[in-house]
Amino acid sequence: MYAFEFVKPATIAEAVKALADEDAQALGGGQTLIPTLKQRLASPSALVSLNGIADLKGVAVEGRELRIGGGTTHATVAREARTYPALAALAGHIGDPAVRNRGTIGGSLANNDPSADYPAAALASGATIVTNAREIAADDYFQGMFTTALEPGEIITAVRFPIPQKANYQKFAQPASRFALVGVFVAKFADGVRVAVTGASESGVFRWSEAEAALGGNFSADAVKGLKADADGMIGDLHGTPEYRAHLIGVLTARAVAAAA
Amino acid sequence: MPKVSLKVNGRAVSRDVEGRTLLVELLRDGLGLTGTHVGCDTSQCGACVVHVDGVALKSCTVFASDIDGAEVRTIEGMANPDGSLGVIQAAFQDNHGLQCGFCTPGMVMSAAALLTENPNPSEAEIRAYLEGNICRCTGYHNIVKSIQAAAAQMSARPVAAE
Repeated sequence: MYAFEFVKPATIAEAVKALADEDAQALGGGQTLIPTLKQRLASPSALVSLNGIADLKGVAVEGRELRIGGGTTHATVAREARTYPALAALAGHIGDPAVRNRGTIGGSLANNDPSADYPAAALASGATIVTNAREIAADDYFQGMFTTALEPGEIITAVRFPIPQKANYQKFAQPASRFALVGVFVAKFADGVRVAVTGASESGVFRWSEAEAALGGNFSADAVKGLKADADGMIGDLHGTPEYRAHLIGVLTARAVAAAA
Repeated sequence: MPKVSLKVNGRAVSRDVEGRTLLVELLRDGLGLTGTHVGCDTSQCGACVVHVDGVALKSCTVFASDIDGAEVRTIEGMANPDGSLGVIQAAFQDNHGLQCGFCTPGMVMSAAALLTENPNPSEAEIRAYLEGNICRCTGYHNIVKSIQAAAAQMSARPVAAE
């Protein structure tokens, strides 16, 4: 790991200031960033830890939304997001217990790993990503593998999740990494159904609009039975071919609908 | 270099560290607490699990500077004050919960975290909780047995010592 200056501000304003240096990098729980630094795939001049900022932590119900601070760990979400059980269950299956005690929702969404779990929840819920500068709709936020609408130095301060009537997340875990080989999050709202798929596409998390349309009129596993996701543009690697991933999307969507509560 | 102050196994310690110094490096190289192991160094194997403010973390994937002021407990802090093995450690010995022993410190620390959260876990819950602890001898069966034995002993006593 290359050397860097370590800074740990106590407020969002101080963190934003420290991140103004173009070679500075924000540090959430570090469960992805620290391994990346060890491999020398990143060499920031300064690492700005967000872990000392109390304002970034916590889970709260605000009206019909669940607001989760950007620095909230997966373990806390799993424990405290009771009003949104599908989201709590998703958080409780990220990585392993020690990783969940450290990794944060803001860090996961800022990194936007194409196989991460939270992007599927945020996109399927139609969540709002709140930063120090603005609010970004999930539909505009995810812009491909490891790419988001965040500007350099911009910090995710919170994520607001509208709470669906019914929802469920089904993950087919890659057994070594415990990331999703394919993961499907289904959320049913009064005005329609949203289906988001992670792990599968070379363009990162995406909405499966054909399934959304089929489920809009008939929210049952039968409604998606004949639907096939297109293997074009799906990830192919030693863990699974594009066709296999496309097949899993259909299977997991039907399971998520059947299990939605 | 910035100074980091911690309470490690009840003892206050202070050390100058680089920003990039990992908690496990401070424990092993700075404080000589070599019971905490580095297995994979990529946060997969769990040999480096310690407790920070009561929560199990992988000490190879946390910067020492980031937990300034915290209370840390390592495998060395799991023994009884007289130096004899603590309940979980003794259960691992009694149930042959270790073969080569390399993963054992992390297994014991994860087991202690599990039993704090869930004093009477099922076998499935134990196996699920150990998802991030890898035993290269594949000795999981006796590790699970050890944790079940420790849970039974601890719940039989009025005060949980671990």
